[in-house]
Amino acid sequence: MTLDLAAGDALEPQSYAVTRADLVRYAGASGDFNPIHWSDRTATAVGLPGVIAHGMFTMALAGRAVAAWTGGAPVVDFGGKFTNMVVVPDTDEGTTVTVAGTVKSVADGLVTLALEVTCDGQKVLGNPKAVVRA
Amino acid sequence: MDSSIVGRQFPPVGPYLVSAEKVREFATAIGWEYDSVPPTFPIVLAGASMNAFLDELGLELSLIVHGEQRFAYERPLADGDELTSTLTVASLRQIGGNDIIGTSTTFTDASGDLVCTATATLVHRGAAA
Repeated sequence: MTLDLAAGDALEPQSYAVTRADLVRYAGASGDFNPIHWSDRTATAVGLPGVIAHGMFTMALAGRAVAAWTGGAPVVDFGGKFTNMVVVPDTDEGTTVTVAGTVKSVADGLVTLALEVTCDGQKVLGNPKAVVRA
Repeated sequence: MDSSIVGRQFPPVGPYLVSAEKVREFATAIGWEYDSVPPTFPIVLAGASMNAFLDELGLELSLIVHGEQRFAYERPLADGDELTSTLTVASLRQIGGNDIIGTSTTFTDASGDLVCTATATLVHRGAAA
């Protein structure tokens, strides 16, 4: 597959709503049942402002954005640092994670994307990057 | 924590069958709309490997914070893959009473070929500091 991407291209930001129900579903699917991701009581007891999303859930949303931009192209390298928490209030709306991206390079059949993943205007992943085969 | 753990390789965990049902469950949980296996799926197996590692070292899950995660693929995962994961402690630093543990976990298929390498940084918060 050939993607119509060139170095310097800015990619359409993708926004994803995150609710408590999403965290419960992710806990079950991933096997990460750490109570800080579903219990306000536990989260506040360990000094958190409230229930926070699994870092790997946020990273999975970043992966979704990469797939949306590249038509699901195979991922060769993907990752980032967990720099800030995504606090998820117990409301119908929950919160929103937004993933923006820029094409860093296109070479040798590989496309490198630099991402910016934010929640409430704050970066939640540090240096998130994806390399896909295209 | 003792720096002698650096370079230590923990016993392999698996094999784990990448079943269509488990992939679908994970894909649904993250809103993934493609037929392929999501790139963060190996965390499902890495969790088992990591728990064995934490048990072995007597570390408490509630004191562990995930600092960084990366996946490097030799080929995409596919339904039916039987993966074995092997965790190696790559590095250890002590900063402000916390242990920063670097791990590298390889995922090999039924023929023993490397499919994916997951590198993670775990921060073990100094409990009785």
